[in-house]
Order: sequence, then structure tokens, then C-alpha cells
Amino acid sequence: MSNGVIAITEQSEGLFRKVTYEALSEGKRIAESLGCGLTAVVLGSGMENISNEPGKYGADRIIVVDNQALSEYMTDAYTNVVADIVNKENPSVLILGASSQGKDLSARLSARLNAPLAMDCVDVRVENGNIIATRPIYGGKILADLALEGKPQIVAVRPNAMSIVESSGAGEIEKLDIDVGKTDLIFVEKELDTGKVELTEADVVISGGRGMGGPDFSVIEELAELLGGAVGASRSAVDEGWRAASDQVGQTGKVVSPNLYIACGISGAIQHLAGMSTSKAIVAVNKDAEAPIFSKADYGIVGDLFEYIPLITEEIKKIKK
Amino acid sequence: MEIIVLLKQVPATESFIGIADDGVSIKTEDIKWVINPYDEYAVEEALRIRSAHGGTVTIISAGPERSVEAIRTALAMGADKGILIKDPAAEKCDGLGIARILAAALKNIKFDLIIAGQRAVDDDNFQVGTAVAEFLSIPNISLVIKEEIADGKIRCCRTVEGGTVVLEAPLPALFTTQKGLNEPRYASLPGIMKAKRKPLDIKSLSDIGIDASEIGEPKAKILAMKLPPEREGGRIIKGDSSRSIAAELVKVLHEEAKVL
Ligand SMILES: Cc1cc2nc3c(=O)[nH]c(=O)nc-3n(C[C@H](O)[C@H](O)[C@H](O)COP(=O)(O)OP(=O)(O)OC[C@H]3O[C@@H](n4cnc5c(N)ncnc54)[C@H](O)[C@@H]3O)c2cc1C
Ligand SMILES: Nc1ncnc2c1ncn2[C@@H]1O[C@H](COP(=O)(O)O)[C@@H](O)[C@H]1O
Repeated sequence: MSNGVIAITEQSEGLFRKVTYEALSEGKRIAESLGCGLTAVVLGSGMENISNEPGKYGADRIIVVDNQALSEYMTDAYTNVVADIVNKENPSVLILGASSQGKDLSARLSARLNAPLAMDCVDVRVENGNIIATRPIYGGKILADLALEGKPQIVAVRPNAMSIVESSGAGEIEKLDIDVGKTDLIFVEKELDTGKVELTEADVVISGGRGMGGPDFSVIEELAELLGGAVGASRSAVDEGWRAASDQVGQTGKVVSPNLYIACGISGAIQHLAGMSTSKAIVAVNKDAEAPIFSKADYGIVGDLFEYIPLITEEIKKIKK
Repeated sequence: MEIIVLLKQVPATESFIGIADDGVSIKTEDIKWVINPYDEYAVEEALRIRSAHGGTVTIISAGPERSVEAIRTALAMGADKGILIKDPAAEKCDGLGIARILAAALKNIKFDLIIAGQRAVDDDNFQVGTAVAEFLSIPNISLVIKEEIADGKIRCCRTVEGGTVVLEAPLPALFTTQKGLNEPRYASLPGIMKAKRKPLDIKSLSDIGIDASEIGEPKAKILAMKLPPEREGGRIIKGDSSRSIAAELVKVLHEEAKVL
């Protein structure tokens, strides 16, 4: 029988990441299909005020490891501690968000535990007690259903792909004192722009391409701000030096799946589509009626983005009132 | 400085990808094969590190015969030698199996630094580099946009959501590449000529000292491939004026798509 589902949580600046709620909700769903419990693992230092939160998303138990050495994500320390917990708990499934941290941790854990990994999943189902995970490959041109054999089955879920569902779990907190073991990595410093909405987690992404004509992205920034969204860019816009490399959406940039993606002055090259094709609704604004982006968009406007985006912004303000 | 680059040959990003008749693999007839873009950054960074610190750059790839072309291209960019691990048992592996094979090959080689791509743009696994580091019991740093080597240590700036983190690791270590690290050079004509004479060994699993049974069956196995659902939309919003078009778009986003 199943030994339960463990969800590894992740924090940023003292709060759980959105993808953690997604992983917990999905973990709960899997646990119910398997007829077992959901355990959340919270690693870090000084998390008293958030430690009980996973209970609201169905966690029956919450294992808390509070250790100064875990205050920043470090591959080696985190792998050691999670591997220790897995060895004690022997779970059937380990679920976590496929953030930059989650991807790194799940890859290292799969090797440490000799466990199967489904990276960056957009859908998970349980068949005969086993996980079948669906993940985009070839830049989203194909969806693959993956069967995982072995234990634990590690599932990393793509940010924004799973719905967040609140449900009550006992949320019993167990504090564990685990040594971080042998580590090599040393933390030097970090720099975060906390005022900015993270592209991969945003509900709305508005991207500009070569059609922006220069580094002035203020028309789309204003719309993004109104919607609490993030600004992305095509590779052309990044290569021109108009936007930072970290804003690039596409096969060699970030993969986003917001509720709403608005492509402004972007032609819709296959490498760009690879980064946004799992968005729920796609809008394109482009001067060229023949641009390939229109065949991938749900809604299109043929016209000048500098004319239309401010009008769209105004119209949204009207309905927001 | 002995630098290893883990390199995979993948379909060019503009390739049309179709599902083969078996339903679990892709059609390969019309594909143009290239170096995985993230591994190109790895080759470029290895060459820059060699210029600064001396040493050699060795390309290692596991794959079918055609992967020789990708290794030759890396040699033409300036790498010193290549190793292709070609074995029928390696072809059905999952990411973990490939990592085990690459790690086994590296056990017989002296190295100070391994550079891998963050992901291969075919399977998009984000796994192999990091898993190789684990199998070799060396530290790894992923998504690196800047590195600096001094006194037997490497200091890397990696990207995270909303910013960057700087970490340091003792060598030997492995890091994976991220856009922004460098601009890969093109292979020059003299480079291409020289590459023809550079050593490129093709090895089987037994040559690198592992038995196919150690790799075993893939733990993550593709059951089926399908095409993503087509978007029906493609609806162009029309109207009498730009204002009415903008208003109509906002209305459908609000009422029909329910995303506003
Ligand atoms: C290996 C590889 C990896 C790649 N990875 C990526 C990636 O990750 N992400 C990515 O985006 N690309 C990537 N590319 C590049 C990709 O092939 C395209 O070149 C790129 O996406 C084009 O960017 P664009 O749409 O902004 O520019 P263009 O193709 O030049 O399109 C600009 C569009 O703007 C429209 N336009 C111009 N002015 C206006 C205006 N005032 N109002 C409205 N519309 C206007 C034009 O009609 C045109 O359609 C990659 C390429 C390769 C070879
Ligand atoms: N067959 C392979 N041979 C050599 N290196 C590989 C192979 N597969 C993956 N890699 C390396 O691991 C990285 C990540 O690949 P993946 O985990 O498959 O997305 C790639 O960018 C390569 O550097």
C-alpha cells in the first residue's frame, strides 16, 4: 500500500511561493486518489508564522526543519535533508514546484534516491496506484505521458499549471532536528527585485517584440501594472538590448503559462510559441495580418500596438471601476 | 584546467516535430540536427576558461552515430577532443540512465570542471547535468550567467525568480548554463579544417567500464505522445474604430474568456 505523498514547500522572502500552493493542492489530489495522507515539508530558518499554512491546502502533517544552514536554498544541504526525510518516511510520491529551486533539487534528488522524475508537469493522474504525468517536450510541440517506476515517484509541477484548491488537513506540526550533513556550496550574496512580478508565476504576461521599435516599453508596462502582471519579451527584443535576458519568453528563455498572454509586436516564431503556448488565453496585437502569431492566438487585433494597447488599458480601467 | 562539456545533439528549434507510428517517439527523417543551444553556451564558456587558465576542453556526448557531427562542430569552435558514447543500450535510457552513463565515462577521466546545459531542448528534462554531479559526488550550480575561477574555487552567479544568487564551490564542480552567460562563437573555416584532425573516440558501454544491466530499464518511461490541443480561436476582433475594437476585446476577455 501507499506510504503517502510528501510535498516539498518553497519560500521566497518569508512567504510561500505560489507554486507551493499548486504543488500542495495537486499533492492532496494525488493523496486522495491513492488513499493516503499528505505531508508537507517546510525547510528554512525562522518560519514560525507560515509553518501551519500547508494545513489549509490539505496537509495532514507538516514536517518543519528549522536550521540556520537552510535559510538560503543550497542544493547540497537541501538534498541531504530531504533525502533523510524520504528515507525515514518512505513516501510513494514526492511533489514540488518546478521553479528554479525545484528543478535543481528534484534533479539532484532523483539521482541520490535513484528515483524516477517527471519534470515540469502540466497534468498528473493516478492509474492503478501509479502516477502518470503529462509533460511538454520539444518546446511544447509534443505532450508526453510518462509512467514512473520506482519509489518515490518525483513530480515537479510547472508553475501556473495546477489549480490551487483549499481543503482542510489536520496540519499537525512536527519539528525535526536534522543535520545538513556534508556540504560544499557557500552562499555569497543575492539580489532580488521584490517589487517585480515574477514572469513564470504571473497570472497575466504582456510581452513585447521587435515591433516595440526600441527600449521604451512603457505602454505595455502600464497595462501590466494595471493587471498585476509581468512584462516579457521576444528574443529579438532581448538581443536588441531593450530588455534583460531574464525577460525572454521562449524555447531558450522562460516558459510561462499565465491565464492571459498578450503578444505585442511579436511575429510568433516557433521558438517564441514554445515559451507561451500553454497559456490559457492568448491575445496578439500585430500590424501584419499575415503574422503567424494570429494562428496561435485566441483573439487578435490587426493594428499598431502603440495605438491599441493604451486604448485597451483605458477600457480595462473602465470595467475595473 | 581540465574542462569537460556535456553535449547533446537535438533537433534544430525550428524543426517540425511529428509523432512516429509507434506513438512513443518522433519522426526523425526530416530533422536537421544541431548542438543543444544551452550546450553551445557551455562550449563557449569552456573555451573562454581555457584561454584564461590554460588546459583542455573535452566534449562528451552519449547518442547515436549522427552525434559525431555535433561533436565535430564543437571541435571546430575550438574544443580539443571529443568522446561519443554510442551503445544500443544507451538509446532507450531516461535522463537518469544517461547521467549514469556520462558519470561512468567521467570516472576514468581527470577533470576540474564540468559544464552542461540547463536543459536539452528536446526532452526539456533539466536533469542530466545535475544528476551527473550527484553521481560523481561533486557540487553543482545551475542556471549560471557568470562565473569566476580562482584558487581552486568557482564563484557563480545563477538566476532565480526575480533576481540572482551568487554561490561558491570548490573544484571539481559542475555548473549548468543560462542565457546571458555568453555569445557562442561560430566555427571558422580554419577551425572546421582543424577539427577534422582532432581526436574523436567512439566508445561502447563496456569501453567505459559499465554493463548495460547496471543502467537497467528506464524508470521514467514514455507511454504515449500526443499533440497539444489546437487553438480554435484565431478570432480577429473587428469594429468601426480602434476604440470599439479595443472595447470589444476587453469585453470578450472579461465575459467569454473570463481572464480579466
Ligand atoms: C536556437 C534559437 C532559439 C531561439 N529562442 C527564442 C526564444 O526563446 N524566444 C523568442 O522569442 N525567440 C527565439 N528565437 C528567435 C525566433 O526565431 C524569432 O527570431 C524571434 O522570436 C522574433 O522576435 P519578434 O517576433 O519580436 O520579431 P519579428 O519576427 O521581427 O517580428 C516583429 C513583429 O512586430 C510587428 N510589428 C512591428 N511594428 C509593430 C507595431 N507598431 N505594432 C504592432 N506590430 C508591429 C511586425 O509585423 C512583426 O510581426 C530563437 C531562435 C533560434 C534560432
Ligand atoms: N545524451 C547526452 N550526452 C551528453 N550530454 C547530455 C546528454 N543528455 C543531456 N546532456 C547534458 O545535460 C543537459 C541537460 O539535459 P536534460 O536533462 O536532458 O534536459 C544538456 O544540456 C547536456 O549538457
